Amino acid sequence: MNAPESKRAFRYVGTRPVRPDGVEKVTGKAIYGPDYQAANMLHGAILRSPHAHARVRSIDTKKAEALTGVKAVVTGADFPTTEHIIMAVGESSSDLVHLSRNCMAQDKVLYDGHAVAAVAATSDEIAREALDLIEVDYEVLPHVLGIEEALADDAPVLHDDVFTKGVNPTPDKPSNAAMRVEMGKGDPEKAMADADVTVSGRYTCEAVHQGYIEPHACVSAWDSDGQVRIWASSQGHFAVRSLTAKILLISEADIRVTPLEIGGGFGGKTTIYLEPVATLLSKKSGRPVRLAMSRAEVFRASGPAPGAVIDITMGANKDGMITAVDMEFKYHAGAYPAITAHSGASSALSHYTIENSRVIGWEVLCNRPGTKAYRAPGAPQSIYAVECALDEIAEKLGMDKIEIRLKNAARPGDPNIMGIPQGEIGYVECLEAARDHPHWSAPLGPNQGRGIAGGAWGNYGGPSTAQVSIAEDGTVLVTTGSPDIGGSRAAMAMMAAETLQVPYEKVRVAIADTSSIGYSMVTGGSRTTFATGLAVTNASNEIIENLKGRAANIWEVNASEVAWGEEGAVCLAEGKTDETMSLAALAARTTFMVGAIGAESSVNPGGFLPGVGVHICDTEVDPETGHAKVVRYTAIQDVGQPIHPDYVEGQMQGGAVQGIGWALNEAYLYNDKGCLDNPGFLDYRMPVASDVPMIDTVMVEKFNPGHPYGIKGVGEVPIVPPLGAVACSVSEAAGVRMRDLPLTPDRVHEAMHPDD
Amino acid sequence: MPSQAYHAPATVDEAVALLSGEPDARPLAGGTDLIVQMKSGRNAPDAIVDLKHIAALSGVHRNGDGFAIGAATACTALKNDAALAAAWPGVVEAANLIGSVQVRNRATMGGNLCNASPAADAVPALVAAGATCLIAGPAGEREVPVEQIPIGPGHTSLAPGEFVVEIRLPGQVAGGGDAYLRSIPRTEMDIAVVGAGVNLVLDGSGTCTAARVSIGAVAPTVLLVEDAAAALIGSKLDDAALDAMGKAVSAACNPIDDKRGTKKYRIAMVAVLARRTALIARERAGAAS
Amino acid sequence: MSKIHVTTTINGDESEFLCTPGETLLDALRNRLGLTGSKEGCGSGDCGACTVVMDGQMVCSCLVLAAEAQGTTIDTVEGVAEGSELHPVQQKFLERGALQCGFCTPGFIVASKALLDHNPDPSETEIRYWLAGNLCRCTGYDKIVRAVQDAAAELRQERTPA
Repeated sequence: MNAPESKRAFRYVGTRPVRPDGVEKVTGKAIYGPDYQAANMLHGAILRSPHAHARVRSIDTKKAEALTGVKAVVTGADFPTTEHIIMAVGESSSDLVHLSRNCMAQDKVLYDGHAVAAVAATSDEIAREALDLIEVDYEVLPHVLGIEEALADDAPVLHDDVFTKGVNPTPDKPSNAAMRVEMGKGDPEKAMADADVTVSGRYTCEAVHQGYIEPHACVSAWDSDGQVRIWASSQGHFAVRSLTAKILLISEADIRVTPLEIGGGFGGKTTIYLEPVATLLSKKSGRPVRLAMSRAEVFRASGPAPGAVIDITMGANKDGMITAVDMEFKYHAGAYPAITAHSGASSALSHYTIENSRVIGWEVLCNRPGTKAYRAPGAPQSIYAVECALDEIAEKLGMDKIEIRLKNAARPGDPNIMGIPQGEIGYVECLEAARDHPHWSAPLGPNQGRGIAGGAWGNYGGPSTAQVSIAEDGTVLVTTGSPDIGGSRAAMAMMAAETLQVPYEKVRVAIADTSSIGYSMVTGGSRTTFATGLAVTNASNEIIENLKGRAANIWEVNASEVAWGEEGAVCLAEGKTDETMSLAALAARTTFMVGAIGAESSVNPGGFLPGVGVHICDTEVDPETGHAKVVRYTAIQDVGQPIHPDYVEGQMQGGAVQGIGWALNEAYLYNDKGCLDNPGFLDYRMPVASDVPMIDTVMVEKFNPGHPYGIKGVGEVPIVPPLGAVACSVSEAAGVRMRDLPLTPDRVHEAMHPDD
Repeated sequence: MPSQAYHAPATVDEAVALLSGEPDARPLAGGTDLIVQMKSGRNAPDAIVDLKHIAALSGVHRNGDGFAIGAATACTALKNDAALAAAWPGVVEAANLIGSVQVRNRATMGGNLCNASPAADAVPALVAAGATCLIAGPAGEREVPVEQIPIGPGHTSLAPGEFVVEIRLPGQVAGGGDAYLRSIPRTEMDIAVVGAGVNLVLDGSGTCTAARVSIGAVAPTVLLVEDAAAALIGSKLDDAALDAMGKAVSAACNPIDDKRGTKKYRIAMVAVLARRTALIARERAGAAS
Repeated sequence: MSKIHVTTTINGDESEFLCTPGETLLDALRNRLGLTGSKEGCGSGDCGACTVVMDGQMVCSCLVLAAEAQGTTIDTVEGVAEGSELHPVQQKFLERGALQCGFCTPGFIVASKALLDHNPDPSETEIRYWLAGNLCRCTGYDKIVRAVQDAAAELRQERTPA
């Protein structure tokens, strides 16, 4: 539905073929991070801090080293001293010293689960036994977990060299306020004073984990000539290479990282935890070393998304025009400074055109694992508050919740919060699709409520490299540097097939190691199909030009007199218009005539557009127990041109259910010692199949003019609207405004029965 | 995962000898708790004594009017026994709320009882049903009510070398019916935040003549709440009786605040669940009378 | 400590291995027999990525000791396809786009096949509750449930005499 006016006619793009890597994944043959084995491999294990905050006075590894079967022990002392330089980490960035110390603590441990030592041994059992023999002398320090607590004057300060960034002048006292960011325009104070109605509230949500099912794992092999081979599952093996190289002070060309299949990431595998440790263990032992996290280690020591405290005031005139927004949010940074507040601030109001606004964001250090990217990092939290405030305004004005959004929706050309005109975004079309969807007008049952919320994410382009070559029989090989986390091989093959006008089945896709293809940024930021797809398209077009030249030589005409079509090269020259030459025929001449047919393209494209979406959620609340169950859910999104609609819908559905989990049950829970109390799937409580209904999807296809196939990134937006949609739905069903996520049964019950 | 030995005895006597002989031997039934505890380091037995190869511990058998459930029988097998499921639907449903299908194909009634979790799903239903268990040990066999096995979280009244051989359920009487409900945040895969088992008997007029009410996850052990039963007996489970029962279970419980729910919520919820459970039991009892 | 010798039938073939007393069946399958199709997502029976069928019952192989496999019959994801012929559950997962990263997929394939072996016409609710022990973080379950429904329909048709 909702076909755009300028729907292009494509042969493969927009169809739903079986993905090229499908069979090996349904038969159990695909090799993921924990599956890879190297010959003569040792098994590593990491000793982790049992304290939330402590000084490491000393580490005695002698007994562990003496255990039969132990081949190497590594501590922070084995890590070279690195400089405070800012490294790109996925869509974000981090200080190199912090990255290194997160892999292995040096003077202080900053969270429960922080790595303090590692062992490599001939078996996993021996490695774990050796961990028990390592003696760490800790001086336990007071810890702080909560955002407000961490900002208190008397809070324990995590770092003595972190001074709030973004504050002028820079404070002379270190604090847990790592960063402040402010954006805005107009005069929000005056506009708020003049508003016909205002609403104000504090919204909170908890830190949540990406919840990928595959724990982090790698194998590293350091040879005596200084050459390092790493096999890892990650969202970006080039990032694994550069971060490992910088932390260990070795050159990037000496590290060859081979990407294994990746079992989910959602942003959480754009950084490194294990690779430098495994590499040092390998250097010490002279043998390949595998490190793999347990589920508990994943929860305790990889990077969740920040929880947040958000204060928002919103003003509107009586027609429902939002005239002013004033919001201040504070995000957990975790143990090390993060920059999620930036995207939280720039995303917060990005799908509306609001004349007067002030958005202030803070990054707050606390004794939790350092936060990392999780699907539209920073946006779900701030937009949750914006969408709920909008809901409250609509309620006050007695206005339809789609009408109020339509009234304020950002349209192409409108200036965003930074004054930059919006591109071809389809927020209005999404809202109209929501209004026209049967879900919106369906009657509700008893104890049910309906919520609606929108959301946006800026998306990205970023560097990608792709090679396309033609085998001697005319079949097509596409090679990229972008790990396939959810079906992107299919999209690459489809774009190559479309461009070259060859059958999809004739195209095969491989993902090359870091020494076999040029640099490609991580698979993340909703960029891969867009940017790597552009590189594939460009390389395919270059091949067409090359083939046209070859045909022109054979026909003794100018290349400009050759066209390319399904039949291959077509001669346009007068008198020779019957001449055609298939790709197979041209390729057959490879071996003895004119050499290989191949092209490489490296891109760093602009032209990406934000993704926007609208979700409708019905919940039913048990008034006696406070249980909220999602009974109907519809996700609507401007997806540009979908390449493989199954995998676009899959992104929408998966993101929606992650957001439902965030809204209803998921949370990092700590005990009074500052240790994670739910480091497992049992008590972390991600949605299971019986928790959710079918997730209906509506793809609004508003072509992106900045991409040959009209692509907009689709992966991140879907987690943005659910927090608001679920919260507003439960609020309506429960008859009381719920502002603190997750909406666990005890919280909803408490809100419904405050006097019990 | 360290352990020095694995034994799979074929008889009760061999198992008793192994469990009393090794200093830190642990019986293994379904393993769905023990193996997780071994992995997390919470439990590091020197020896594992797998009880699943002992015939007496496997399967559901008739025992007079009632049933004997081998302690190492998987929960799924209870559901597959039509007579047991007809007589004690609450017990069978409780056992089949544990974990996932995969887990219930391994998890056992003996394990659920002897793991001694206050939140064990099968236990309140068994207690409400008046189940007993047959225990084997170095001093021979003994039979005790199920509620006497757990004495605190993770601790049982079993002496060293003792293990549960079978769980015995009486025959369900005419006019009898049982039920079990639990409250969890999700729809599956969670540990009970509150559980309630009710077993009652109605006479021809619909008056409750006997009742047992048991609650889980609201105290260090599963509780049998006699005041709650008393509130039902003599009534037709009218609102006043159900309210009185609800007050009795709320008064009896002694829960904690933890990651699975607040103390306040548990106290409120136990009354709600006990009421709902009682109404299901009444319906079943009515159908059976 | 001495190792235990275990003889078992895996995917129809007699198989033997040595294991330690505390070793799980999952570890033995993956590390001793090279059957890495069964995945470890949690090691505590909460994600189902290690689901195998043992003597006809699906179980989490991370919650079974390798020693317990003595004399049993084990079916893993590697044995679901018959030779190079995919099982309808596998085929429908492909056709429906019911996998994204694919890491949970082996567990879902084994569990879905076990469901259809035992219930040829499950309702959506039955499918969802049967699969509640298998976590998927990518798909939101929608396309998985539809793939199982499609596979059920195809299997019913295959079983119906013409």
